[in-house]
Amino acid sequence: MWSLNEIVKSTDLKLNELFKPGMVFFIEAIIVALLAISLFAILGLVLVLMERKVSSFMQVRLGPNRVGPKGMFQTVADTIKLIVKEGMTPDNADRFLFHLAPFLVMIVAMILLAPLPFANGFQIWDINIGVLFVSAVSSVSVIGILMAGWSSNNKYSLLGAMRSGAQIVSYELSAGFSILAIVILSGSLTFSDIIQSQANGWWLFKGHIPALIAFVIFIIAATAETNRAPFDMAEAESELTAGFHTEYSGMKFALFFLAEYVNVFIVCAIGATLFLGGWMPLHFGDNTTFNHVMDYIPGIVWFFGKTFFLIFIMMWFRWTFPRLRIDQLLNLEWKYLLPISLINLLLVTVVAISGWHF
Amino acid sequence: MYSTTEIVKQSTAEGEMVINIGPQHPATHGVLHFVITLNGETIKKVEPHLGYIHRSIEKMCESLSYRQFVYVTSRMDYLSSHINNHACCLVTEQALQIELPARALVIRVLMDELTRLASHMLWWASMAMDIGALTPFFHAFREREMITDIFEDTCGTRLTMNYMVPGGVLMDLHPDFQKKVHAFINQFKTKLPEYDELVTDNIIFQNRTKGIGYLSRESAISYGCTGPVARASGVSCDVRKHFPYAIYDKLDFKEIIDTGCDSWARYKVRMQEMRQSLHIIEQLIDNIPEGDFQAKTKAVLKPPKGEFYSKVETARGELGVYIVSEGATTPYRIKFRSPGFSNLSALEHMAVGGKIGDFVAVMGSIDLVIPDIDR
Repeated sequence: MWSLNEIVKSTDLKLNELFKPGMVFFIEAIIVALLAISLFAILGLVLVLMERKVSSFMQVRLGPNRVGPKGMFQTVADTIKLIVKEGMTPDNADRFLFHLAPFLVMIVAMILLAPLPFANGFQIWDINIGVLFVSAVSSVSVIGILMAGWSSNNKYSLLGAMRSGAQIVSYELSAGFSILAIVILSGSLTFSDIIQSQANGWWLFKGHIPALIAFVIFIIAATAETNRAPFDMAEAESELTAGFHTEYSGMKFALFFLAEYVNVFIVCAIGATLFLGGWMPLHFGDNTTFNHVMDYIPGIVWFFGKTFFLIFIMMWFRWTFPRLRIDQLLNLEWKYLLPISLINLLLVTVVAISGWHF
Repeated sequence: MYSTTEIVKQSTAEGEMVINIGPQHPATHGVLHFVITLNGETIKKVEPHLGYIHRSIEKMCESLSYRQFVYVTSRMDYLSSHINNHACCLVTEQALQIELPARALVIRVLMDELTRLASHMLWWASMAMDIGALTPFFHAFREREMITDIFEDTCGTRLTMNYMVPGGVLMDLHPDFQKKVHAFINQFKTKLPEYDELVTDNIIFQNRTKGIGYLSRESAISYGCTGPVARASGVSCDVRKHFPYAIYDKLDFKEIIDTGCDSWARYKVRMQEMRQSLHIIEQLIDNIPEGDFQAKTKAVLKPPKGEFYSKVETARGELGVYIVSEGATTPYRIKFRSPGFSNLSALEHMAVGGKIGDFVAVMGSIDLVIPDIDR
């Protein structure tokens, strides 16, 4: 059976035969960059279309169905529209920060792709502090949002950015704690180790109730961190028109838009990796027949399947729930989620030390 | 309207900022302009600016005959145009003492209640949308579409009906009317619990509406609030009960009163009113009397000299029509008492002290229709 790992290894060997080591690194970096950028483009196209189809499914309507078969090229048409649109800069805007902000948000999303394991051995950078790296880098995106809100010279943008700042900083905590629960269970910060530790069952099933609580908190915090409804305080269409990106148009707006969807993909991928085993197929116990049957499905299918399942759940939230108010949002975090995740962390530690998990 | 320096001058207090909500804003549902003074997210002052959609309907009516001016009023509160028409016809009929045939009265009440349902559905949809839930909008429009289809069959239009004329209604009901209304009733009865599941029982929605936009009974009376806004503050003010017109005195329905005084109470009152309207329609739909749909009236209506006033209960509250007649073919002076204007005046009272998110939720619960406020 083909595997991405072998393709990567044979490509590496081939390149090493042909070029000097320095050159090999350079070529591989370019290949990886191209792959990452094309993944970005495809994700943007697919997720936007998926969001529109899911929302139309929930809102008893058809959704885009005119451009291409079943409306598949709708997002392509939208992207072309956004690219050719004029990018307006408001008067009195801080021009440097205004232009920098969308790129900062985008770059953060790109860096976060690095430690994600897409399949067995198919990973850009298996850094030994992978989990820590992800939670550290993801907090930088709030700076981009604050920058956008401040530099637009618009009160709506400023309010949106301030809300977003308060929100992301708060929810980082619960997200971090729920990630820590899995780190404690698996005993490693490296993504590949965490996945290997789930070879006999996913942590969601193995970790008893604490893992389940951590998973629920992670999903809530992830939704909040990506600024999606019901926690879309930063945009809050009916209150702040478009929040921090009110003044952005054309491609710069598209970058924010794309970054939002890529961030959704990344948090869902992290959730899938930590709690649902990433590319690891559904296994129960060691060396059972069931496991061997499941192994026939390639890892990349498992990875994307789980990730898109989580993305669907987040879209389901968005199209079902009303929006919270900003103080309720912060109350939820500081009064409920944070104490619960602290206690949960204790429980997980007890479970891990006494070896009660499977 | 304001230059930058003017806005800066207005916000005198430390740490306060002035923000313009509207005239183009997703939550105002029309061209309404609020100048809001904020301290952080907390609202300190709300100042509504009207006039963006003023069409001087009252002045226009003075140059139109008693048959004609009814048509202009469809454009006031476009969500309850049947009821607006009804109010105008009532005042002319009162002046000329026209007796209406039974069939016309029943048709009018049926249309009024269908309009109220359609209007409340749109309010439900837009209030949920203001609070951030986008899906209910489409669900409500699915049912509302059935009502507008019924209207289209009956009078050819879906929004500005112009169906009621002095002396009755313009034309007879469509043959399919009863069948379609029955279909609507059946559909709506299965969907109302779904509405409750989706929005009413949602904990986020309840948290967003409970305890905000407090309007005490006394304030509701002193601001002149009517309709569901006043009834949610415990004021009994249903014109259909207190000053029955058409055949409302012969019908079995309850006036919904809630003493919660907040946005949640206003929400509950409207949800219950939908059920009451449905109940009224059910009573009448199989009992439409045969006969004329219009009384015999003179070609040119000339009410006697004097002042006339009539009022009806629209979906938003009490709509009063005041006419001064000089005995001519056109009214000498006409004045509408629109429910939206009075309800809007209580908005500042309700919103101050809340957050921006509350402001939107309060505004949604008042159910503003801007052309009704501005006329």
